[in-house]
Amino acid sequence: MEGIKDKVAIIGMGCTKFGELWDKSPDDLVLDSCMEAIKDAGIDIKEIQAGWLGTVTTGNSGTILTRPLKLNYVPVTRVENVCCSGTEAIRNAAYGVASGAYDIVIACGMEKLKDHNTGFNWARMPPDYSRVDVRTAPAQFFAKTATRYFHHYGLSLEEGKTLLAKIAVKNHHNGTMSPNAHLRNEITIETVLKSPMIAYPLSLYDACGISDGGSAAILTTPEIAKSLKKDYILIKGFGLSSGSGQPFLTTDYDFIHMEENIKAAQAAYREAGIKNPHEEIDVAEVHDCFTIHELLIYEDLGLSAKGEGRKDVEEGRFALDGALPVNPDGGLKCFGHPLGASGIRMVYEIYNQLLEKAGKRQVKNARIGLSHNLGGVPGANCAVAVFGRNN
Amino acid sequence: MVGITSYGSYIPLWRMGGKAMGMKTDRAVACFDEDSITMAVAAGENCLKGSDRTLIDKVFFASTTFPYKEKQGAAVVAAACDLPQGVGTADIANSLKGGTSALLSAFDSVAAKSAKKVMVAAADTRMGLPMEQHERTFGDGAAAFVIGDTDVAAEIEASYSVSCDILDIWRTQDDKFVRFWEARFGLTEGYNKIAAQAVAGLMKKCNLQPSDFSKLVFYTPDPKSSAGLAKRLGFDPNTQLQNPMLEVLGNTGASFALIQLAAALDEAKPGDRILLLGYGDGADAISIKVTEQIDKIRNKNGVKAYLDSKKMIPAYTTYLLWRGLLNPEHEKIYYSGYQENTAVPALYRERSRILTLCGSKCKVCGTVQFPPQRVCIKCGSVDQYDEVKLSDKKATVFTYSMDYMSMVDQPCVLPIVDFEGGGRAEVYMTDKDVKEVKVGMEVEMTFRKIFFDEGIYHYYWKAMPVRFL
Repeated sequence: MEGIKDKVAIIGMGCTKFGELWDKSPDDLVLDSCMEAIKDAGIDIKEIQAGWLGTVTTGNSGTILTRPLKLNYVPVTRVENVCCSGTEAIRNAAYGVASGAYDIVIACGMEKLKDHNTGFNWARMPPDYSRVDVRTAPAQFFAKTATRYFHHYGLSLEEGKTLLAKIAVKNHHNGTMSPNAHLRNEITIETVLKSPMIAYPLSLYDACGISDGGSAAILTTPEIAKSLKKDYILIKGFGLSSGSGQPFLTTDYDFIHMEENIKAAQAAYREAGIKNPHEEIDVAEVHDCFTIHELLIYEDLGLSAKGEGRKDVEEGRFALDGALPVNPDGGLKCFGHPLGASGIRMVYEIYNQLLEKAGKRQVKNARIGLSHNLGGVPGANCAVAVFGRNN
Repeated sequence: MVGITSYGSYIPLWRMGGKAMGMKTDRAVACFDEDSITMAVAAGENCLKGSDRTLIDKVFFASTTFPYKEKQGAAVVAAACDLPQGVGTADIANSLKGGTSALLSAFDSVAAKSAKKVMVAAADTRMGLPMEQHERTFGDGAAAFVIGDTDVAAEIEASYSVSCDILDIWRTQDDKFVRFWEARFGLTEGYNKIAAQAVAGLMKKCNLQPSDFSKLVFYTPDPKSSAGLAKRLGFDPNTQLQNPMLEVLGNTGASFALIQLAAALDEAKPGDRILLLGYGDGADAISIKVTEQIDKIRNKNGVKAYLDSKKMIPAYTTYLLWRGLLNPEHEKIYYSGYQENTAVPALYRERSRILTLCGSKCKVCGTVQFPPQRVCIKCGSVDQYDEVKLSDKKATVFTYSMDYMSMVDQPCVLPIVDFEGGGRAEVYMTDKDVKEVKVGMEVEMTFRKIFFDEGIYHYYWKAMPVRFL
């Protein structure tokens, strides 16, 4: 297995503002993010040879991308892997380039959640009507990991919630420096603790924003990238792991980690040649759909040692000025979470960080960046990607 | 000899009453996720516990509050009680004496040798108009009996029935709440005359005297009338009349006489003779003789245990919410969080999983999995499994969350439970006290409604705190 390390470059990226974009249509979100990426790459739209579009609930087929962009008769595929559909679009696009099938391709992620009452169009998520099940909101699954994490490490409810609140406070702080973020306000631990309980033990401020948004990337070969511009990033490795529902089927599954996080990270590290993520990753964008998940991710991805997540949070390791800044753009928590768009939004931030274009939230000496994008509830999909600067 | 070979009752955990409700008595209230079917299943489970279910060949289910007007309740009860597919089922509907009529039909089937064992279940959840007296005096509950001809614990000796068309209390096809004529009419022309005719007819038929009976189990429309009836018929209500439990249970409709019968059997001695009276559009009087077998089938969790195990609903509005009376325009009732309607063919093909909580046990590595998996999650064996029923297993809460955005059930407790003997399931928890929910708590499974949508009641098993330790 040779892998695709350093075989694909990202030369342009775009990302709309995320949020409750009542006056933006799905087409607007696709067009705005893609045009920004095309302009950033310095290419003409006619040079795009293929496309991948990631969306969970906002339409079917590749025409979601071709219609607004008028990509005339180029091959476009819609990919869907729940919330990691964005990373899946990039991953498939990268393989299209690495295989030699295409020279220049586009990957776009887009979601229009706020055209649906309460923000989630469950009717578009088959085939659950074919099963009888206890169906609950996503928050409940992560809340169950929080209950177990607190239990396992002997944290009282207050201790556990305070620990999680610190993660929310950090991401809100970072979000204030992200012009395109959905939520841009500083909060305190008290804000989180006093917010309404939604999914015990998680409160409103433990949850990410439900947002509209679009994001896009232009991928090409390193050779073409070099001919077009000075600064670009290279894909170092991808890992995708799809679970088969183990947390709910096996009684030895502990709920204080998520196996798909570990497996996807291992695959990405292997391809990227990362031996010690704790030291080698300079900046990370991770899938903090709920604060507890960011805590699990620290440990699952080896950014913290097992059981040391709490200590590292207390010591500020993941703050913008810490040893390993996580979610410098505010993460899902504050940048918002338009499902299919989130994966590419993460890469957008890593791209800006590695190219030192992140403004006030710039992480010093960021050479290797990671994005982590979960798809579904525990026991489902996780996509991890590692990126590096071209020089 | 044909008679009762096992029995069990079920009374919901919840009570409405006390000063806060302006009530001098309590009444049993079915939880929002219970109905006549789920209560019949609970009584059936209580009745069948530890017995060989494959021997049952008929089920009669009596109620005046079937969830469906067209679609049988007995079939759901039979399936959820894990009875064989070859069982004959029938609903006995529309009459308050449905319970005793079902018992007599079961007797006839066994006596005629068209069945070996028949399970009779009766359950009701009737409603009076909001704030009207019946709302306070009705109760919800169920009882179940198995009628057979071997190891009989209470022989059904004889019966006498009277039919009478009278509008004392009724509902039409479209009524939610009972209609009634003034109680004095119903009593003087109805209960006092018709019930008396049935009892007198039975005693004459069998040549029995009042002193031949040790216990009178009488349906009664109010706390006093059965005592008056007994007295006029020459009985001593003080020593012979079974307490109708109206002040702690309420009038449970078609199951009322049968819950009282279960209570009488809880305390009966061999040789006791019980006079059972069912009333409604006529009356059934039945003479039952208790045998030596009674001590062997005596139910550990009897009526008294159910009555003692109770929680008060916090407010009258809770009752209204639970009965769907606060938002009558809602077509959908999502008790807990949200649910998508399940395709009807899926309900059908997954019926064993839904109705008996069937999981799979890998024949190769022994791992129990729920829902059933064709490919084993542990060893990867394909189609190498036995079905294993989980609905009767005790379980432990592994972890949980609570949904504060849910509607009727708030907060809705969502545990992941690990079953004794293996298997894990994500379920709802009902009949819980949120303050008592914790990792490691013991639970048992209970058959409930999980939601209602597009005219379909979705039944499933929920976890609940172990009710009797």
